[in-house]
Amino acid sequence: MTRYISVGMAFAAVPWLLALDKPAEAHGFAGERFFPATIATDDPFVADEMSLPTITVNPRAGDGSKEIDFESDLAKRITPNLGFTLQDQWKYTTVPGAPNTYGWGALQTGLQYQLFVNAPHELIGLVGLKASWGHTGRVNEAGAPDFTTLTPTFDFGKGFGDLPDSLPWLRPFALTGNFAVGFPTKTTSNGNPNANTLNYGVALEYSLEFLQHHVRDVGLGVPFDRMIPLVELSMTTPINRGQGSLTTGTVQPGLIWAGQYFQIGVEAIVPVNSLSGHGLGGLVQFHMFLDDLFPDSIGKPLLGE
Amino acid sequence: MRSGKILAGILAMFIAVAPFVTAFAHAFPNRSIPAAGSRMAQSPTEIRIWFTQKLEPAFSHIEVLDASGARVDRDDAKVDAQDATLLHVSVKPLAAGTYKVVWHVVSVDTHPTEGSFSFAVMA
Repeated sequence: MTRYISVGMAFAAVPWLLALDKPAEAHGFAGERFFPATIATDDPFVADEMSLPTITVNPRAGDGSKEIDFESDLAKRITPNLGFTLQDQWKYTTVPGAPNTYGWGALQTGLQYQLFVNAPHELIGLVGLKASWGHTGRVNEAGAPDFTTLTPTFDFGKGFGDLPDSLPWLRPFALTGNFAVGFPTKTTSNGNPNANTLNYGVALEYSLEFLQHHVRDVGLGVPFDRMIPLVELSMTTPINRGQGSLTTGTVQPGLIWAGQYFQIGVEAIVPVNSLSGHGLGGLVQFHMFLDDLFPDSIGKPLLGE
Repeated sequence: MRSGKILAGILAMFIAVAPFVTAFAHAFPNRSIPAAGSRMAQSPTEIRIWFTQKLEPAFSHIEVLDASGARVDRDDAKVDAQDATLLHVSVKPLAAGTYKVVWHVVSVDTHPTEGSFSFAVMA
């Protein structure tokens, strides 16, 4: 039933989405604001970009297992305002007293539409529908799902460069965030409930590039004037099937360096509760701007530009 | 495993074409005279901004505004003939006050960026 609800929501959204036709810049620009591609928080913009790889060492799980993920993401514009995403990850898990396991996770795809870009207020919004496809990964060995999950999403970004000049040190701040509801197409797997989930997160960023070149020259040169310290919060709360108290999430402080053609991100992973893991984890990501690397070929929209 | 093979194929395609492209990028400011947020003892005669990429002269502009929003530049913004990463505009003699520099540029691969910063003249 939930499958039909989410698919219906997606189709219902199409007419009014098509009625809005604001040109979107590849990359995460809203006026003067450059939003980097954050790691835990979905980006609020369509883009021609690719992460290869994202290597994540997760906090240790409650059963003592430790998972390392090697992930790649691709975002590609179809038109200037419409894009799709592809994502997959290869997991390697060490389990005390048991053989190590490894294999591909579920293939994830997404369709995104740039809902609005307000340049003066550095405000940007995006809606989308993501799908995590069942039986596209190694189900038994690597824990990939045996069911498909459809997830309508809303992502937003807000830069604070429009604050008055009397608050200069606050103007480099920006906030991005996402709200999404996941609808699994199968209610149970091996006797365990697959709950609908509320997925939400925010990333609070402080752009040293904005500070140095838009607010006040504080003497930052290369490479420091392209750095963006940030902290991300990524949460998931099941909302039915008796799973409501099982909220999990992570807090991820880190640093992104955004250059002309690529960016590098490094973050620590701190679980918010014991259900989310124990101890610290970490990740590193290499992220390429395809629109800058390949402006005349795969870096531009497939249609409409 | 099938999804992995699909993803590997897509990634291989991107990697395969990488050596055969010419790289350009969005133009970000590198430095400027006056610097962002600076206080100048006397009026500058020109605003100069250096960018990280070469600029497209036809679509790259600077405006300088006083506190009331009136333009105080001489409307002669141009990309430097010897250095295509430098955009400059001359300004009228500026009285003491705060001024805002607003720039819109397009890099040679047609990527647009925009920005602004303020500076003050003390006397």
